[in-house]
Amino acid sequence: MARAISTRRKLAFTAIGWLVGLVIFFPILWTVLTSFKTEGEAIASPPHFLFFDWTLQNYFEVQSRSNYFKHMWNSVVISFGSTFIGLAIAIPAAWAMAFSPTKRTKDIMMWMLSTKMLPSVGVLVPIYLLFRDWGLLDTRLGLVIVLTMINLPIIVWMLYTYFKEIPGEILEASRMDGASLAKEIIYVLTPMAVPGIASTLLLNIILAWNEAFWTLNLSAANAAPLSAFIASYSSPEGLFWAKLSAASTLAIAPILILGWFSQRQLVRGLTFGAVK
Amino acid sequence: MATLQTRSAARLMMTPAVLMLFIWMIVPLAMTLYFSFLRYNLLMPGMEEWAGTLNYRYFLTDPAFGAALVNTLLLVGGVLLITLVGGTLLALLLDQPFFGQGIVRLLVIAPFFVMPTVSALVWKNMLMHPVYGIFAWIARTFGLQPVDWLNNLPLFSVTMIVAWQWLPFATLILLTALQSLDEEQKEAAEMDGAGPVSRFIHIVLPHLARAMTVVVLIETIFLLSVFAEILVTTNGGPGTASTNLTYLVYAQALLQFDVGGASAGGIVAVILANVVAIFLIRLIGKNLET
Repeated sequence: MARAISTRRKLAFTAIGWLVGLVIFFPILWTVLTSFKTEGEAIASPPHFLFFDWTLQNYFEVQSRSNYFKHMWNSVVISFGSTFIGLAIAIPAAWAMAFSPTKRTKDIMMWMLSTKMLPSVGVLVPIYLLFRDWGLLDTRLGLVIVLTMINLPIIVWMLYTYFKEIPGEILEASRMDGASLAKEIIYVLTPMAVPGIASTLLLNIILAWNEAFWTLNLSAANAAPLSAFIASYSSPEGLFWAKLSAASTLAIAPILILGWFSQRQLVRGLTFGAVK
Repeated sequence: MATLQTRSAARLMMTPAVLMLFIWMIVPLAMTLYFSFLRYNLLMPGMEEWAGTLNYRYFLTDPAFGAALVNTLLLVGGVLLITLVGGTLLALLLDQPFFGQGIVRLLVIAPFFVMPTVSALVWKNMLMHPVYGIFAWIARTFGLQPVDWLNNLPLFSVTMIVAWQWLPFATLILLTALQSLDEEQKEAAEMDGAGPVSRFIHIVLPHLARAMTVVVLIETIFLLSVFAEILVTTNGGPGTASTNLTYLVYAQALLQFDVGGASAGGIVAVILANVVAIFLIRLIGKNLET
């Protein structure tokens, strides 16, 4: 029996729900609104919420003040690069663990997870020194390597939980029909695994895009992705809130949209499959 | 049935991932451990010498360490408290049918996708600024004295910012758990005359316990390494008022160039994180068996 819900109750929850939602979303909304203001209006008190002269000026100035799109491109290269390399390494590994498990598989999975729990500061000093000696400081290559390694355990785990759901009988049937291992992966496994791989890809791009410990410590003017570059707006030289807002809006918009699409996978990915 | 051929193929396919992760973890960690026993400052190259446990004694008796340890615990504990209580309430709210539910859910989870540097800067400037910030305006509207958040309540302010970022995570996981609750069980309890409060305590809360554990443990792992939010807003200050362990080690390494001391601090952080990790591994390990 479905419970009858009175319209009044529903209206009350609509009001509370929207109020709470808007309060939580407010800092983002405010950032987007401020990005369309002049610097003077950005600090107006009482604040101007909607009725101000909308301008796109800040978006142009963000680019001319510093090469904004270079940093955005860095973000793209680093997040996509580390995710694709990570997938290339993790797909075979997760496949092997899901379909050909041995006694040690569980231990290996657990060990991989435990590397994720190694706090970054524990290895900051040697990584910094090695990167300095190898000329990898402030290079995109260096950041791609680091982000690939820190997200690899999550990629393996997520793929593993998805691969686990593919019935093994189908793979065996194709093996009986004489499909080689390569064919089995390309023609049988991949089509069934694509949704899982896509979700993993999405979540990892989000994580890599927003990563801000290694990017802040290992990059400067050259290779800084947006997550590190935006920090330069914290300089005390004056109030540039409208420009800060424009730079922020551009930095978060693409990933926010990706995130909204992947909200279901987020739970699964970040809990290593413990909550689905 | 795995054949011998697929078995060796499987081993071959796992090798790159396992090997790379192993190198990534073991080599730098061993180096950190080695450095932690050296007198090693980047400003004095070539002067490295064995220091025994000196770095550890300095690091552990430094008043900044005690402060950082307390700050780390307060930050992690504060954020956990806010996100668990807030997340449960939000999950219960979003579980109710209302108009525009899907959109409100998108609004609520949005902060999770904002990069830490952006959320820290937006909160620092546009919300918490003592003169032009929204909070100051709200305070003045009610005739109150605006608060200089980051100077007077630095740790609390950082806690607020981080909690805002992690609230969506807790909400989303608790909501997922809530939606898997058996409707009939709730209805049966309702028929038996259980009120909303006792239904929540006796049915909903036990059902959420597992998801809550997951939230606590996973958030703890990430919250122990909060860094960007502190760097951008307070630089750990005033003094060490908002310095956590991660930031302390960073400052020692890249601001004071004290490789030995920073390495000792890094090892201490690793040990603390491991204590937490053991619990998480056990919990998730159990899940793997079912």
